[in-house]
Amino acid sequence: MIQGEHITKSYQDVKVLKDVNVIIPEGKITSLIGSNGAGKSTLLSIISRLIKGEGKVSIDGISTAAYQPEELARKLATLRQIINIQVRLTVKELVSFGRYPYSKSKLNNQDKEIVGSAIRYMELEHQSGHFIDQLSGGERQRAFIAMIIAQDTDYILLDEPLNNLDMKHSVQIMKLLRSLVDNHGKTVVLVIHDINFASCYSDYMIVLKNGELLKAGGTEDIIIPELLHEAYDMEFDIREIAGNKICLYYK
Amino acid sequence: MLLRRKLLIMGVLLLLFALLFLLWGLNADNWDYNLPRRIRKLAAIFMTGGCIGFSAVIFQTITNNRILTPSVMGLDSLYMFVQTIVVFIFGSRQLAAVTAVSDFMISVGIMVGFSLLLFQIVFAGEGRKLLAVILTGMILGGLFESLSTFMQVIIDPNEFLIIQDRMFASFNNVNTSLLNVSAIISVLVFAYGYRQTGQLDVLSLGGDISVNLGIPYNRAVKKYMFLIAVLISVSTALVGPITFLGLLTANLSRQLMKTYKHSYLLSSAILISAIALTFGQFIVERILKFDTTISVIINFIGGIYFIWLLLKEGKL
Repeated sequence: MIQGEHITKSYQDVKVLKDVNVIIPEGKITSLIGSNGAGKSTLLSIISRLIKGEGKVSIDGISTAAYQPEELARKLATLRQIINIQVRLTVKELVSFGRYPYSKSKLNNQDKEIVGSAIRYMELEHQSGHFIDQLSGGERQRAFIAMIIAQDTDYILLDEPLNNLDMKHSVQIMKLLRSLVDNHGKTVVLVIHDINFASCYSDYMIVLKNGELLKAGGTEDIIIPELLHEAYDMEFDIREIAGNKICLYYK
Repeated sequence: MLLRRKLLIMGVLLLLFALLFLLWGLNADNWDYNLPRRIRKLAAIFMTGGCIGFSAVIFQTITNNRILTPSVMGLDSLYMFVQTIVVFIFGSRQLAAVTAVSDFMISVGIMVGFSLLLFQIVFAGEGRKLLAVILTGMILGGLFESLSTFMQVIIDPNEFLIIQDRMFASFNNVNTSLLNVSAIISVLVFAYGYRQTGQLDVLSLGGDISVNLGIPYNRAVKKYMFLIAVLISVSTALVGPITFLGLLTANLSRQLMKTYKHSYLLSSAILISAIALTFGQFIVERILKFDTTISVIINFIGGIYFIWLLLKEGKL
């Protein structure tokens, strides 16, 4: 379980997060939703110690400040929106970096196996020798996620993992995250813009508005017209199709 | 294997140039006089080259860019400035007591503090634009130079002579009193750096990924800034500033080695620096008969390369 208490963040005079208290349950997919500027990415970055904020974050009851950096890297993996890396390296080399918290740069056979299966998981076998800068946007995104998977942590935090992806690969990634949770007992936290992907795949949702927590709860409690209207300031028509709640808001 | 072969070729080239430099024009009569001098000079060349190449690669890694080096950021002007302050403050009264070595150590200490501060100001904070950083560095470099000149002008002429002797070091006038101390320091730093190559590899992927992979990012960056400050102090103290050498070698090293692995990048940067300096010094001394200095040649070539890099990476 990840617990954030009194998380506050301001840039100069602007408060982007105001005293947010959240609990992220274990073994579930949790989506952070809200309109642009609601503070979703900031909250995710603070939880994953990429940026500093006020307040306390604890993982499994222990404050993240009390963890050794390496120990934390074996507990929690995180990926921000696609990053431009200046270094020329292949998919396989990138994914191998995921094993750094365990074996530094000297990978043993078990590490190599995990790297191989992460690459297969992301269906990048054919590209494993390609350089990252030669890949399409979607392939790059999958390569970075493969690195996170190779890190083999209990908690996986992703900031807009569906960015740059077409429908096929979006579905592929969401299914994969689902299976990480269902079959491998991982906990996944996402910042996601597509409300219908969030509705179809997540178990738990945290809704932010203007830097404040609007509501947190199970998907069925969140995907209701009144709440979404309050979160996004627009009308939603919600239908149940094949057991999933689908939001209609396009017209 | 291919990478090792490349390193081997560089090593052989370096050896050839070194022999050429040592043995050209020697005969039985001038052997005793020339050889020890040339060996000392060559030692200074290797050390300076090593320090510059090594620090430039690490600097580019921790700042995540291909255009900046410690010299472009004005760190060697900073060293000059610190040197001037030290002589200025200690003055002629104590100068007799202050040996070159302790003066050097004090300068290194101040330099480390200053450059950590500089780094904090220039690179800390999110979303700094590279262009702003370059401009800041260049302006700071100019500022330090002007301040040094200012202090040298108001200083007692006798003391100025002493500074001058230390400031206008070049390969023709190597600061030999510091050779031993520099050798010890740089070997220690190199030995430490080579044990950290795995961490440097991760750092080259950027701050986010480094933190994610469990590197204590801020502490690591400060640590490398410290090493860089020490190396720049060593090379500047020995032979004075050679602004664009680091830029040339760090980038050539990346282009030739085509790898992210610092174990290879660092070695090749050191070798390339040493090759460029040995060959350059040979040309300056034997072909051009000391008509010019090597820093002029290297800055001419490096300056053109710098502009080309700026244009190529025009996105900034």
